[in-house]
Amino acid sequence: MFEAKGLSKSFDGFMAVSRVDLSVEKGEMVAVIGPNGAGKTTFFNLITGILKPDSGRIVYKGEDITGLSPYEIFRKGISRSFQIVNVFQRLTVFENVQLSVLSRENKTWDLITNASKLYTDETEKILEQVGLLEKKNTVSGFLSHGEQKILEIAIALGGKPEFMILDEPTAGMSPEETVRCMELIKRLREEMDLTILFCEHDMDVVFGYANRIMVMVRGETIIQGTCDEVKCNRLVQEAYLGLSDE
Amino acid sequence: MVKVEKKKLIAAVLVIFLLFPLILPRFYVYLTSLIMIYGLLATSLNLVLGYGGIFQFHHCVFYGVGAYATALILTKTSLHPIFAFIAGPICGSVLSLILGIVCIRLSKLYFGMLQISLGSLVWAIVYRWYSFTGGDDGIHGIPIPEIFASTNGAFYFALMITTVSMFVIYGIVNSPFGKTLQGIRDNPVRCEMIGVNVRLHQLLALTISGFFAGVAGMLFVVVDTTVFPELLFWTLSLEVLIMCLVGGWFTFFGPMLGAGIIILLRTVVSTYTVYWALVLGIILTLVIFFLPNGVLGFIEEKFGRGLKRENV
Repeated sequence: MFEAKGLSKSFDGFMAVSRVDLSVEKGEMVAVIGPNGAGKTTFFNLITGILKPDSGRIVYKGEDITGLSPYEIFRKGISRSFQIVNVFQRLTVFENVQLSVLSRENKTWDLITNASKLYTDETEKILEQVGLLEKKNTVSGFLSHGEQKILEIAIALGGKPEFMILDEPTAGMSPEETVRCMELIKRLREEMDLTILFCEHDMDVVFGYANRIMVMVRGETIIQGTCDEVKCNRLVQEAYLGLSDE
Repeated sequence: MVKVEKKKLIAAVLVIFLLFPLILPRFYVYLTSLIMIYGLLATSLNLVLGYGGIFQFHHCVFYGVGAYATALILTKTSLHPIFAFIAGPICGSVLSLILGIVCIRLSKLYFGMLQISLGSLVWAIVYRWYSFTGGDDGIHGIPIPEIFASTNGAFYFALMITTVSMFVIYGIVNSPFGKTLQGIRDNPVRCEMIGVNVRLHQLLALTISGFFAGVAGMLFVVVDTTVFPELLFWTLSLEVLIMCLVGGWFTFFGPMLGAGIIILLRTVVSTYTVYWALVLGIILTLVIFFLPNGVLGFIEEKFGRGLKRENV
């Protein structure tokens, strides 16, 4: 369904992402892990069009989407959430998600209709699914950190995506929040038939939820495989635990 | 509940305004016209500033150009005056689009800086081109169609156009486009990620904003029957920006209120001292310290939309 071939990106000679290959099949939940600075976020930025790759190709559903701008990629059905909280701070929770729906429906150029009555059902349904319906009239800047991360996901859902890219969905969450958030993602994936690519630092989360794992170190992929394969791999252990000299 | 009261309030204000020429001396009628014009100008700025998050520092260019377009057609051509009234807004929006295309590639403050320089260029042209614009003399005694020529006629014309414009801007702010604009203000990157072409939306917002600045410019010609280069000098832009800040740039009626406050204060203070700018500076400092959301922002926080935040 999704394929990245030989993606590379350098910043002033520093190879942030170097010849990364990744393919994701429909319905899979794939995790990208790696130490800080491994290039995970850069990789996601390349996929979602925020950055243009120096070389390599990105193919989604048989179509080359390399070099498209973020809004075009969104319209192909690829949604993304961010590592740092990235919501519309001054809008209410409802408006945050509604905006995403409006955009998907190409209504953002409409100057005449009163927006408050558009797509209320769908927006409320999404909010209900993620459990934010009671807070729908709260200005989103006033939500707790955990709630804002959930709202991130809700905004991404507004695009009716088939492929979701979650950049550290549980960053900064308490252990309980982390579990709740991952259960939510798992449930959403089943309910909405989503394919998910995510990156994460919490290994329990990764091994507990991912079907497949790609490990990145210094911009390069060192292994791709199932959880067990990755766990037993010596290179991974070196990267994470520094066991190389033993 | 609150919404109904708001409608009543607006209706009441409108009725009072309608009665103004009957009860107030001419000078105050003229002053009210000016407040409406600058209120409309500030509101048009706020469409891109408070709602769009674009730092349009030199907004008066479009106001001045709108005024000059109207004035020049009225004085130099024999076209029907209606063309003059239409030309103002159109010139404002076209210029706004052109400057927007150049500036929009830069973000935040850099946008503002480039906009000030390009806007000042327009001012310089108007200032130096004696044969066409009258240079720093401006154009005086512009012939206005008879029904609007009196102070009261001009007042009613300004009231009518301002009211319609405010309704239209209000509609735009609450339309899906308006919501998108607010999204772009809060988070342009995220907006791209949910499928919004940020730059094109910003350009449309700038064009609309320039249009209503042009409307305000056209109204100024009708009310004042003069134009002069100071209309597009950057200090006036700053004053309009301050109107937005004082009134409340995250509220719809804030800029209008700010325009009222600033113009009334200027009129009163100027009769006592020449140091109006000093007073303005002090007011601005106080507002920024004590009412960071402006006067109306403060009122709304206290009584209205504060409700939204109670479950924090």
